[in-house]
Amino acid sequence: MIDNTQLNQIAYLSKLSIDGDALNATIKDLNNILTLVEQLGEIDTDGIIPMAHPLHMTQRLREDKVTEDDKSKIFQSIAPKIDKQYYLVPTVIE
Amino acid sequence: MQWETVIGLEIHAQLNTNSKIFSSASTRFGADPNSQACVVDLGLPGVLPVLNKEAVNKAIKFGLTVNAHINQRNVFDRKNYFYPDLPKGYQISQLDWPIVGKGEINITVDEDVKIIGITRAHLEEDAGKSVHDMFDNYTAVDLNRAGTPLLEIVSEPDMRSSIEAVTYAKKIHSLVRYIDICDGNMQEGSFRCDANVSIRPMGQEELGIRTELKNINSFKFLEKAINLEVQRQQDILEGGGEVLQETRLYDSVKHETRSMRSKEEANDYRYFPDPDLLPVEISDELLLEIKAQLPELPVEKKARFIKDLGLSDYDADVLTSQKALANYFEITLKDNESNTKLCVNWVMGELSALLNRNQIEIENSPVSAQDLSLLIRRIGDDTISGKIAKDIFKTMWDEKGNVDEIIKTKGLKQVTDTAVIENVVDKIIANNAAQVEQFKSGNEKILGFFVGEAMKATQGKANPRIINKIFRLKLIK
Repeated sequence: MIDNTQLNQIAYLSKLSIDGDALNATIKDLNNILTLVEQLGEIDTDGIIPMAHPLHMTQRLREDKVTEDDKSKIFQSIAPKIDKQYYLVPTVIE
Repeated sequence: MQWETVIGLEIHAQLNTNSKIFSSASTRFGADPNSQACVVDLGLPGVLPVLNKEAVNKAIKFGLTVNAHINQRNVFDRKNYFYPDLPKGYQISQLDWPIVGKGEINITVDEDVKIIGITRAHLEEDAGKSVHDMFDNYTAVDLNRAGTPLLEIVSEPDMRSSIEAVTYAKKIHSLVRYIDICDGNMQEGSFRCDANVSIRPMGQEELGIRTELKNINSFKFLEKAINLEVQRQQDILEGGGEVLQETRLYDSVKHETRSMRSKEEANDYRYFPDPDLLPVEISDELLLEIKAQLPELPVEKKARFIKDLGLSDYDADVLTSQKALANYFEITLKDNESNTKLCVNWVMGELSALLNRNQIEIENSPVSAQDLSLLIRRIGDDTISGKIAKDIFKTMWDEKGNVDEIIKTKGLKQVTDTAVIENVVDKIIANNAAQVEQFKSGNEKILGFFVGEAMKATQGKANPRIINKIFRLKLIK
């Protein structure tokens, strides 16, 4: 079951701000989902290959050809801030 | 206390495809910022990734080369984390079902052969590039690199010293270039290394706590960073402290490693299968087809050099260490089949020495393999002496030019006309009565003096073998 600390950790990693009433409501919702999923534990899944995709198809592959040309002017017209063709974001230093 | 070092490497090799792994934008290095980032690479809403066939083929090629199990059904996952150079908020990677499973390669350190296990190799997309020092208060993002196909090659913690780690990394570096899946350019970041390093008391089974070293972009730095980290961990443990499991950045300027993030702050990547991509299935036919296309591998080439050309183990090892070097050597061999040893000596001697001294890769050698081949042929057919050949080689290196033209314009053709040589020999014998006497009284070594004099008199152009013969004939008479 998820508690306060775990929720805050997940919210931090997801860059979401959840506080006040939303906090308790979210914990309750998430725990309901987990309870639902937990029912799967009652089934014997030994020897069953985990499903990677609900469609029973395989990936089609693309030829290795360059067909995209430079549309950066269009893309950069909607960017909040650009300079010298770079996208600018507030300083991030690890 | 005696400590044992344990090292595992994660190598990121950019696959040299034309287009990106999930989009049809170009992967060319050095283009204007963001000019090669399309809607898929930018992670705009509503786009779908479509997997590049060549990226899959190249990953399989690698797997077959290291005798690895190829997972004929493999799956892409999303690795979630936030960073500006990753616009989607997740990296498409492979977790539980990577394309390449367990394999192994041999490395040789101090003549000991050691097997290094390869845990796995998986396909993933590269992130963009962040530039932190270009603008005040802003980080600049270039997404040209975003979506470039990467093969992440993960080794077992089988290495016990920085030398072993470097040898392994160089071996993988050589392999990916042999099979032409990666250009191996470390300056441009096409081939990157992270090292997991820990130490434990000698004899202890259980592994110590490891740190991960990042930001290593040369083999020299790999060795230095590992040695530095081993010393740091040893100092901590011997001082009674504990090593923290963390990621550390190597700073080659300050020659230090510093903490980047600890385990507590480490990202929980929340992997899950990517619903945008279906599982990849690789047919038996494709595996056979790729197997048939594999070029001669270094191990096979080395064995052939030893068996067919009679090379020593050492010479064969050096000459097959790089594909370009092996190719160069094989070109010089053409029409010089009876002079294999001469070719070996020239490629590993004069040529390698000049390349090293000038820090030039063999691919960019000022003297082409064809030209060196001709030079060696001219030594073989007695047109020039070995000594003159060295001078010609120097001229070819500095000024370019064809071997035969240099011989002709500089008048370097070896004198093989016995009448001319006899004339020279007669004069030397006449002028050096004392030495002639010594020879006649049994001093064979004095012959070297006569040959030297004759070479001097002909400016090195006379054939020493013929000079020697004529002196003997005349002195013994």
